Amino acid sequence: MKKVLEGSHAVSEAVRLAKVQVMSAYPITPQTHIVEALSEYCTDGTMAARFLLVESEHSAMAAVIGASSGGARTFTATSSQGLALMHELLHWASAARLPIIMAEVNRALAPGWNIWMDQTDSLAQRDTGWIQLYCEDGQDVFDTTLQAYRLAEAVNLPVMVVLDAFFLSHTFEPVDVPDQDLVDRFLPPFSPRIELNTSDPFALGQMAPPTVYMEMRHDIQKAMEQVPEIFSKVEQEFAAIFGRSYGPVERVHCDDAQVIMVVTGTAASTCRKVISDLRSQGEKVGMLKLKMFRPFPTDLIRENLGSVQKVAVVDRNFSFGASGIFAQEIRAALCNRNGHPPVFGYITGLGGRDVTPEILAEIYWKTKNSAFPENESVWVGLNE
Amino acid sequence: MTQLNIPDSEYMYSGHVGCPGCGAAIAMKFALKALGEKTIMVIPACCWGVIAGPYPQSSLKVPILQTAFATAGAAASGLKAALDMKGDTETTVVAWAGDGGTFDIGIQALSGAVERNEDFIYVCYDNEAYMNTGVQRSSATPFGARTTTTPGKGWKKNRKKNMVEILAAHRIPYAATANIAFPEDLIQKFVKARQMKGGTRFLHVFASCPTGWRIPSEMSVKIARLAVQSNIFPLYEVKDGIDYTLNYKGDRPVMDYLKIQGRFKHLNHKDIEQIQSMVDEDWKLLLRKMNHNQRG
Ligand SMILES: Cc1ncc(C[n+]2csc(CCOP(=O)(O)OP(=O)(O)O)c2C)c(N)n1
Ligand code: SF4
Ligand SMILES: [Mg+2]
Repeated sequence: MKKVLEGSHAVSEAVRLAKVQVMSAYPITPQTHIVEALSEYCTDGTMAARFLLVESEHSAMAAVIGASSGGARTFTATSSQGLALMHELLHWASAARLPIIMAEVNRALAPGWNIWMDQTDSLAQRDTGWIQLYCEDGQDVFDTTLQAYRLAEAVNLPVMVVLDAFFLSHTFEPVDVPDQDLVDRFLPPFSPRIELNTSDPFALGQMAPPTVYMEMRHDIQKAMEQVPEIFSKVEQEFAAIFGRSYGPVERVHCDDAQVIMVVTGTAASTCRKVISDLRSQGEKVGMLKLKMFRPFPTDLIRENLGSVQKVAVVDRNFSFGASGIFAQEIRAALCNRNGHPPVFGYITGLGGRDVTPEILAEIYWKTKNSAFPENESVWVGLNE
Repeated sequence: MTQLNIPDSEYMYSGHVGCPGCGAAIAMKFALKALGEKTIMVIPACCWGVIAGPYPQSSLKVPILQTAFATAGAAASGLKAALDMKGDTETTVVAWAGDGGTFDIGIQALSGAVERNEDFIYVCYDNEAYMNTGVQRSSATPFGARTTTTPGKGWKKNRKKNMVEILAAHRIPYAATANIAFPEDLIQKFVKARQMKGGTRFLHVFASCPTGWRIPSEMSVKIARLAVQSNIFPLYEVKDGIDYTLNYKGDRPVMDYLKIQGRFKHLNHKDIEQIQSMVDEDWKLLLRKMNHNQRG
């Protein structure tokens, strides 16, 4: 049934239908609507779940780690400062191989205080062993959250479902929210690979000396390597029931494109419009939307960008002293390919500044009109 | 010789890697006799994280969840919630943390859990410093003690934090102190805590550390006993944060306890007098709470 929902409630509806058993979270704008809705579901009996109202994000992640180790399907949500505070436990969750799902609302980090859209918070967690999926609209958020459970529980790795602050978390859109029995067909009850149990005692997270630690880390990478194939299977099954699929990347007008713009999140929606306008002016421009960031879809990046003339990456994030983070990763994926295209990196939209069609068009024209990037990163839309 | 009334059941294997005379290991051995096999131990970073054994071994016959240093209270809450959701009402979840993991870095998660009145037992085995990392001071390190971060003349000049009182202020259903040198009392308190269910129970267990205290390992239990006998570590229970019961009255001077430990060796007569008056003051304060209770 189609409902008009804000992005936050696309998350909470999916969590409800996923029959999550233990949740824990700490409020931070703009994540609050997600946890408020779920608190209500727990209070009014809509969900049979425990919601642990802990005293910090550090404890929220620790609580879902405890719950997941006990064999429960779990959920948490956070943003920005809260995600940064969780950092220690993000490593813990993945290395403990727990299929925890977290909604992460992309928000700028302080100082100065800024509650608006910025991707640096989630991208700064890229090395923590979490699968990261970036969403474009409310339906994408809903679908991705459900798919995340299947994916996480298949590979025993946690998944971060990432959505833009306000542009997505607080924007109302029609979202198809299916009935419980359809969701049940897609997502069976959790059957944990590990589950602490007094009838079969074992120890989790024991000291790991140099003789075993490397193998444990290698196993995480092996699980990551399985993700693309399993994600595609999950998507096929999802499509068979719900008729929708997204892919780790999406190609838009890429076939004959000379310049391909790489975008993520809600900026992709704006870019669709810009591309179609530029196309009607005869410009050979395409867009590659990146949904999956971890594991990084290196093969798909090579396949889609390896032989285009120029790549323009739109980063709404920044790694100080280096460059935009998506641009870094795309350069790294392409550099071992013969004759790879120049990768132009653009920084825009930090701290909630609008990424308008004009800005995206400017990025296109700058790329088209330069043979090589003037800089590793070009900041677009800076005030004089 | 008097026969101690201690269960034969054993849930700890021999051959663990704790130092000889380790009070923390003794504490676990006795605690599990009271808790039994339907127990899951949640252990944050601390000496016990090592004593529990390296992967794939375990020194315990009950399941263990090792967790990050600050998180015992939160991880135990989450685990208990999962057991609730699975309909397991039998298993006792026990957070087992050191004094650093309780008094310092873990106090926030512990306070949160107690405020929510989560249904588990939180045990702080207190060896009065960060032993796992090489004997650095914690807020449980007593006035007068030398540690590697309070060395030489910089011996600790601050008082030890009173954790049981902090928890009593939360109106925790049950908080009690225990000591490895009083195993029957300890076991009885663990049994009481296990049977209570429905809210948070806190046990503060004094656990001597030969390595960190610079005492001979064979003196470990004797020194732990002296802490009670000199009223430095009184044995008492608090129900609902108001109902105090004293389990033991000591009459030995603190001198007897301090003079046999390397960590206090540097203290002069005046320092020891100061400690004696601090202990007397704390003791009086505690007795006032007992009296208050008796008057109802
Ligand atoms: C976040 C974090 N900071 C620091 C450490 C290092 N560390 C591990 S154990 C420990 C001290 C533990 O002291 P305590 O809780 O008293 O237990 P003990 O080792 O004395 O038994 C420290 C500082 C850590 N593991 N995690
Ligand atoms: S350092 Fe102290 S607490 Fe740690 S194992 Fe040795 S005796 Fe036990
Ligand atoms: Mg200690």
